[in-house]
Amino acid sequence: MTTAVVRASRAMRRPARSRALRPWYRNGILVAGIVIVGLLVLVAVFAPLLSPYDPITQDLNHTLEAPGAHHWLGTDKYGRDVLTRLLYGARIDLRVGFLAVLIPFVVGSVLGALAGYFGGWFDAIVMRIVDVFFAFPFYVLVIVLVFVLGAGESSIYLAIAAVSWVSYAKIMRGELLVAKKQDWVVAARLGGMSHARVLMRHIGPNVLSQALIYAMSDIVMDIMAIVTLGYLGLGIAPPTPEWGSMILDGQEFITTQWAQATIPGLAVVLTSLGLSFLGDGLSDLLTPERRR
Amino acid sequence: MSEILDAPATDTAMVRVSALTKSYGGGASWLSRLGKGGPSTLKALDGVDLDLRPGEILALVGESGSGKSTLAKILVGSTTPTSGDVSYRGASAPSHRDRETSRRVQMVFQDPYSSLNPRLTVGRMLAELLLLHRIVPRREVRAESIRLLNLVGLEEEVLGAYPSQFSGGQRQRLAIARAIAVRPDVLIADEPVSALDVSVQATILELFTSLRAELGLSILFIAHNLAVVQHLSDRVAVMYLGRIVEVADTREIFARPRHPYTRALIDSIPRMREASVNDAFELDGEPPSPYHVPAGCRFHPRCALAGDACRATDPPLLQVGPAHLSACLKADELAAIPLPDPAQELP
Repeated sequence: MTTAVVRASRAMRRPARSRALRPWYRNGILVAGIVIVGLLVLVAVFAPLLSPYDPITQDLNHTLEAPGAHHWLGTDKYGRDVLTRLLYGARIDLRVGFLAVLIPFVVGSVLGALAGYFGGWFDAIVMRIVDVFFAFPFYVLVIVLVFVLGAGESSIYLAIAAVSWVSYAKIMRGELLVAKKQDWVVAARLGGMSHARVLMRHIGPNVLSQALIYAMSDIVMDIMAIVTLGYLGLGIAPPTPEWGSMILDGQEFITTQWAQATIPGLAVVLTSLGLSFLGDGLSDLLTPERRR
Repeated sequence: MSEILDAPATDTAMVRVSALTKSYGGGASWLSRLGKGGPSTLKALDGVDLDLRPGEILALVGESGSGKSTLAKILVGSTTPTSGDVSYRGASAPSHRDRETSRRVQMVFQDPYSSLNPRLTVGRMLAELLLLHRIVPRREVRAESIRLLNLVGLEEEVLGAYPSQFSGGQRQRLAIARAIAVRPDVLIADEPVSALDVSVQATILELFTSLRAELGLSILFIAHNLAVVQHLSDRVAVMYLGRIVEVADTREIFARPRHPYTRALIDSIPRMREASVNDAFELDGEPPSPYHVPAGCRFHPRCALAGDACRATDPPLLQVGPAHLSACLKADELAAIPLPDPAQELP
């Protein structure tokens, strides 16, 4: 090489000590989210080990007991340990929350990405369908679908999937509309790469983070939906422990045994907080290039 | 040089475009037609003829909006022309290019910050292309990547780095490395230095010169001012409102510009001496909108020499000297007006 070309790599910038590029464990929000969600998952998994009681068996001799040494959070109107039901409830609510996000995440992201990338008639059709679903309020549609499909866990998955894929489709379509104009996408095509390869290997990793971050808040939405359905009596059928139905059961004793309705409510708040932290932390971690 | 010019052009051109036009917005929606009554067709290219010869650096110069980038997009196949023909080594290029045809014509983009995938390390970026086109066997990918990096003045240690860790000039080097990785014959460089610091511009320009020498690339170098290409290019083509208005060897065009627009571009190059400043050909205002290309010569509203004939006749690109084409009715008249300080133009 001629002397004219400077040895530019000597001057390669050191990775900046910016908010986005520091190691993940230095990101306070992300760590808080991981700790909270991690604890909740552990509690749900090890519920049978953490509590000596059964969440369903009734003990009518010890109904509506105040919090004490035997029952740390008291018992409900059937004499079941509230703490135990809370722990087991985490299993149902977290499972439904995470699983209900999977289908819409995959289906919505793929449809939105294809619509945004290729445009044309496919885009038009997908986006008109999205508009139709967007026109209905979330809960109205979910409740109608659960009514039609019948109460139960699988109906809840289907109802939530049918309603919430549209958000992923919109997010991914928008991301793709921006991404496909980028020079590096044009360059990849000039490099002789197929549309499939450009979409999967080049654009995908750059835009999926947005859908992933949204998914974190969507899990919160889904858990809220399950709790709300449970509260309305449309969710998981009793006697399965579930936070929403626990709030419903507890509210008639709100003046005497306030903890019965309040504690499951706080559990929902804590879960939402943890997932929100996780989403915020992930967005810092996954989109360092946005700060340029 | 002239013997090449006089030979039948079909044999010598690496890339040739003829009568190329590109219009945008012809099929506007009924809503936009309803909104405004004016013509909705933008003629980005309006009959462009140009050839790029093997191993030369051809500069394409013109103001923003003159259609330079549109021409570049058509040449690499990312846009299809409305009419006209693009041929590659004498064979007409298909509008949908396969992997092999697209490999041969590569591009370096203007903005080095958006031309590199932020999630690919340098090594993976190069390896993917080398494997996809089977440039080298898998076990030699690393060695070949290092060779490419060395060619553009970078070293082995950048293989694991992400684009965000580089400066603008270094990114442009990486973009060039990516373009030459697939061993193209032609490199289209769309204002590759205009987004860079002046101090970095010179080193990138030198890189293009050395790549041409080492790899025998034919380079179409697009720029919006003549100063950048003066010491780089073999020939210069000047573009105005979607048409080539003058083509000549670089020395020739700087010494004897035969189109008033070229003359204006030369006069607008900043100089150190007050005495050399000449504003007789200074350009006033913006170029006319490509929606409303002026009748007659498209340059006449801004031309110091414009006469009645210029308002009536659209001048074709004609031979005005050896290896010198100009689309000006007053090319001879212009030649009689001396440059302010011609000695300064020549190295």
